Amino acid sequence: MNKVNELFNKELKIINMGIESFYTDLKEQKVKVIHVDWRPVAGGNKKLSSLLSKLK
Amino acid sequence: MEIVKYSILKNTYYDSVTLMNISKEIKKNESIKQALVGMGTDLNKELAVNLNLSSPELQEITPNDFFVSVLTDENTAIEDVINQVHGILNRKKSSRSDDYMPKTLDSAIKYEPDSNLVLISLPGEYAAQEAKKALNNNLNVMIFSDNVTIKEEKELKDLAISKGLLMMGPDCGTAIINNVPLAFANVVRKGHIGLVGASGTGLQEITVLIDKLGEGVSQVIGTGGRDLDKEIGGSMMLLGLKALMDDPETHVIVLISKPPHPEVAEKVLKLTENINKPLVVNFIGGDKDMIEKHKAYACISLEDAARKAAALIRNEMVEDFTGFSQPIEEINKIVEAEAGKFVQGQKYFRGFYTGGTLAGEAMNLLGKDFEIYSNIPLSPDFKLENVMVSFKNTCIDFGDDAFTIGKPHPMIDPAARIERLLHDAQDDEVAVVLMDFVLGYGSHKDPAGEMLPAIIEAKKSMKERGKYLSIIGYVCGTDKDPQGLRETENKLKEAGVVLMPSNAQAAKLTGLILNRVSKESGFIE
Repeated sequence: MNKVNELFNKELKIINMGIESFYTDLKEQKVKVIHVDWRPVAGGNKKLSSLLSKLK
Repeated sequence: MEIVKYSILKNTYYDSVTLMNISKEIKKNESIKQALVGMGTDLNKELAVNLNLSSPELQEITPNDFFVSVLTDENTAIEDVINQVHGILNRKKSSRSDDYMPKTLDSAIKYEPDSNLVLISLPGEYAAQEAKKALNNNLNVMIFSDNVTIKEEKELKDLAISKGLLMMGPDCGTAIINNVPLAFANVVRKGHIGLVGASGTGLQEITVLIDKLGEGVSQVIGTGGRDLDKEIGGSMMLLGLKALMDDPETHVIVLISKPPHPEVAEKVLKLTENINKPLVVNFIGGDKDMIEKHKAYACISLEDAARKAAALIRNEMVEDFTGFSQPIEEINKIVEAEAGKFVQGQKYFRGFYTGGTLAGEAMNLLGKDFEIYSNIPLSPDFKLENVMVSFKNTCIDFGDDAFTIGKPHPMIDPAARIERLLHDAQDDEVAVVLMDFVLGYGSHKDPAGEMLPAIIEAKKSMKERGKYLSIIGYVCGTDKDPQGLRETENKLKEAGVVLMPSNAQAAKLTGLILNRVSKESGFIE
């Protein structure tokens, strides 16, 4: 069975990144969800952010 | 005298939807003439300049900095405005104050190691980077954001395919996985119809109508609008289709997309050669013969796709649906009643849509009889010179970039549509306005209530000039949606909006009314 069909048989557990109302909507429906309190890497400095992502 | 006052909070992040609603709240203060509350993105800094709310210091901030800028009188203290902003933000936060919110995807995965899907609606420039991380951690992904390049999309989808994971999007507005509505989706009964679609509102319309027909859905997989372009090659539709073919809960499959690249369409349909389930395909305005050659059912409208899928589930005869749910006599009565109130010179319609695919469908259905100008026209000859100004018969998709840059989608913030309706109600040649109201998670908490004052005002303004404005509406929603279908419909009906049971029927009714006005030939034989 491929991974997508495996997902169909599991309880959905979601990580939300971005619009917070998507998180509250899911929480309201008692869906397992965690919201990432995200902010731009390196204060939005694109060059630094790209260098940092390469370090990982 | 009015002056610009602003405040900058370094290293503070809020998402655009939360902040846009705050700008609106702040503008309700009588002393505030203009307001912009946002992150220091290039786009917001440009917006600040355009609204005359900028300053050299504001131009130096980064996307990690939060700012409030207002045009106000000398007596208003910026501290009071900031306090009001914080008050609104704290109200929003109080509902989730106890929830643990990790700062990064990595820490979220460590905290919840059995997570299986990441929903990303970050600014496009960051979305691809986070999606790649998620896929590398064997997590399925849905990217709601746009502004992800097609090259990034290809790389992400190739990575997902190599791992057998879903990579829905970018620009994927709608999905329902394991009965959970994701982003903009309706609460639809669980059932045995599985869908894969490259169109968010297209999926919303078909799933809503499936629910209204008494059937339900197994899985609804969104692919993002570019999936069936040549560059992407339909990779997510192929993966989704394969998964639905193998899914024992799915008994009928529906595919939906704008006309795909011919090679991609052929590839998708070829995969279904050994399919053991009925397949309904709506490549909106696409090649019907190619679909039927592959023994799939081709469709005339989104409603037709829903009806065919429901008929197949019930082992009933599959027929094209071109008409109305109500008896023709009733439809003719509506046409007579509406058209009978117009005065000489009223002859055009204005389609004001929040759903792009719904706007496209209306134009497809009406385009045979009328020349329709649009920001997303059927042919380039009918592209509006200025999308902010209607011309003759006009149909607008308010979700298009021209209206949404720096603003939330019109399904969340209907301001642009309200303004346009009030403006076009001053046009003596307008007879009919056609509108959608999309319910479900993601959408505005009360899309009808928000439009209602403008609807009443537009009708009143026409009446005062001795004319009549006919408003035809369609509510895309189920009785299980958080906004309440019946309450929404009642509000609109009370304001004199004629509601139809599908977008296709609303568009067709508009056509009959206009035909009745122009040629007196609107009756169906």
